[in-house]
Amino acid sequence: MSKQPITVVQLYPKDMNIYGDHGNLLVIQRRLEWYGYEPVVIHYNVGDAFPEHADIVIGGGGQDSGQEIIHADLLKIAPKLKTLAEAGVPMLMVCGLYQLFGNFFKTSKSTTLEGIGILDVETLATRERLIGNIVTSSEEFGEIIGYENHSGQTFLGENATPLASVIKGAGNNAKDAHEGARYKNVIGTYLHGSILPKNPRLADFLIHTAVTKKYGEFSTDIIDDLLADLARDVAQDRPR
Amino acid sequence: MPYPFVVILGKAVRYAARLRGGGSALPGLFVEKISPDFIKTTLAQLPKGIVVISGTNGKTTTTKMVVALLEAHGLKVFTNRTGSNFSRGVAAALLGDINIKGKLDADIAVLELDEAHAVPFVKAIPPQYSLLLNVMRDQLDRFGEIDATAQMLEKIAQATTNTVVLNREDARVLKIKDTLDGQKIELFGLSDNLLADFPSDDDMRSGTAKATKRPDATVLLKEYSGNHATYDVAGKEFSTTLKLNGVYNVFNSAAAIALAHAVLGEETNIDTVLSTIATVTPAFGRGESLTVGGQPLELVLVKNPSGFRLGLKSFSPEGYATMIAINDNYADGRDMSWLWDVDFESLANQGVAQVAGIRAYDMALRLQYDEIKIGHIEKDLTVALRQFIDTNTDQPKRIYCTYTAMLTLRRELSKITKVEVIS
Repeated sequence: MSKQPITVVQLYPKDMNIYGDHGNLLVIQRRLEWYGYEPVVIHYNVGDAFPEHADIVIGGGGQDSGQEIIHADLLKIAPKLKTLAEAGVPMLMVCGLYQLFGNFFKTSKSTTLEGIGILDVETLATRERLIGNIVTSSEEFGEIIGYENHSGQTFLGENATPLASVIKGAGNNAKDAHEGARYKNVIGTYLHGSILPKNPRLADFLIHTAVTKKYGEFSTDIIDDLLADLARDVAQDRPR
Repeated sequence: MPYPFVVILGKAVRYAARLRGGGSALPGLFVEKISPDFIKTTLAQLPKGIVVISGTNGKTTTTKMVVALLEAHGLKVFTNRTGSNFSRGVAAALLGDINIKGKLDADIAVLELDEAHAVPFVKAIPPQYSLLLNVMRDQLDRFGEIDATAQMLEKIAQATTNTVVLNREDARVLKIKDTLDGQKIELFGLSDNLLADFPSDDDMRSGTAKATKRPDATVLLKEYSGNHATYDVAGKEFSTTLKLNGVYNVFNSAAAIALAHAVLGEETNIDTVLSTIATVTPAFGRGESLTVGGQPLELVLVKNPSGFRLGLKSFSPEGYATMIAINDNYADGRDMSWLWDVDFESLANQGVAQVAGIRAYDMALRLQYDEIKIGHIEKDLTVALRQFIDTNTDQPKRIYCTYTAMLTLRRELSKITKVEVIS
């Protein structure tokens, strides 16, 4: 029997890939293979035709200049992303694209980049850079461990729930203890490192959601995550 | 504090630090504290001025080559050869070289400076010449963004009073050209057919680099194969053999020639240039080769994804036992994201015999996702090194290591083999 395909769309790998975002794609690809599915990866860049079909959508961080390059294109494909989000398609947006999935991002040059509003959050550029190892805690995913590096500070609106609460580090901003945001199966976060390799529960959430949504059931295979567990133990205790 | 006292006190601290076997920067830190003008006062004496070399990758080996080229032309050169590239490292090196009256017996200073530290340095002490190598994704946890690093290099160029030498193949470095006013500009570059060997971070996920129309370069690396290189210098073609290994080291030789050419002008003797370049060996830990148990052991410093990718591309794993040692101390960068921007598939056939360092498990996890076999995982570098040597006795060995891992490994290796002392 041929393997069941799962389509993974990576948004703007050319301009938004700065913090090991390739790692997130690789983890989804490999785990899909290890669970017995066939990953079909689509790299979506500025000006491309948006794919007809997407089971998982991921996007990464960029520099301010990268965000400006992709901005108009992102607004153009926003209706399609919104339809997918409403339909429960799992998405992971890290750093720069997390910000642009929000309502707006006020840049350091005081221009306001309009976001696509899938997540009810807003981001303000600040002079303070929040950098370092970060440990957060989520009811659904346990401890989420990674590294943050951002000067944009994000605040949640009424219709967004935080992904996790910060145990060590800064998270969304320097004021509250929230990290990331969640709407339906869309996750926004500041964590990289990359986030998915050391947080396989999060990777499996995206994969499991996509597969069951499409095929109604999920593989019974088990992946050995011992190395991830050991890497988590070390990362947790490293200085900020 | 009066200058002579600073010199004597600084020298005393340097002596004490060496007796203790301590780091190279401590005495520098000391004089910096007691006399902030120490470097400026000492370097102001030099008749040919100051050369600053900066950029993400290749500073140390390029500096070594520039020094060799200038010395071969009869100049007395002061340099911070420890690779301690913060201003305190410069102060520490000065303390070693000046006499007790504070006089530096040199014609010119060639200084390798870390991007961030170079900015206040050039503000206080404008260099006559600068060479800007590249802006790669590195230590983003320190500098924030690549564009911010590019701005630091721009400031170095703007503070330069005579000639700025720029890498034509790095778009962010080349752009600096347009911000300059009055300085002479020299470019170094690659022929179109070599470009594909040097994918930048920007090209990495969008296919290989494409040759576009670029301004003419003073020095071009035209061809490179094995240990043989052909350069185009000011329109004329020259060839030589090399002791350097690694494509990136060879490209840096073009940078060094361009800078030497800028400093020496008409006094440049191309035969001297070629015979000098032919004998330069890589700086410590940059492809350095030691002998352990009758087998060669190479140390390859990896600091960022582009450097790691080029390292893997430069050295064939065939027949070699490979070890990877990843630390995440401040000098290494704390963020492990960079490991995910390197493809390790070239190691698939041989596997990786030993994974080590503080972040050994992060590295092992990275290899798991490229489905690469791992022999042993051991965080402790001393234990790991012994295990690596003992389980691969009959094979040549290669260790890819981050900066602080390299320092520890060299210290351990010096107990069992001859390791060049870096003072």
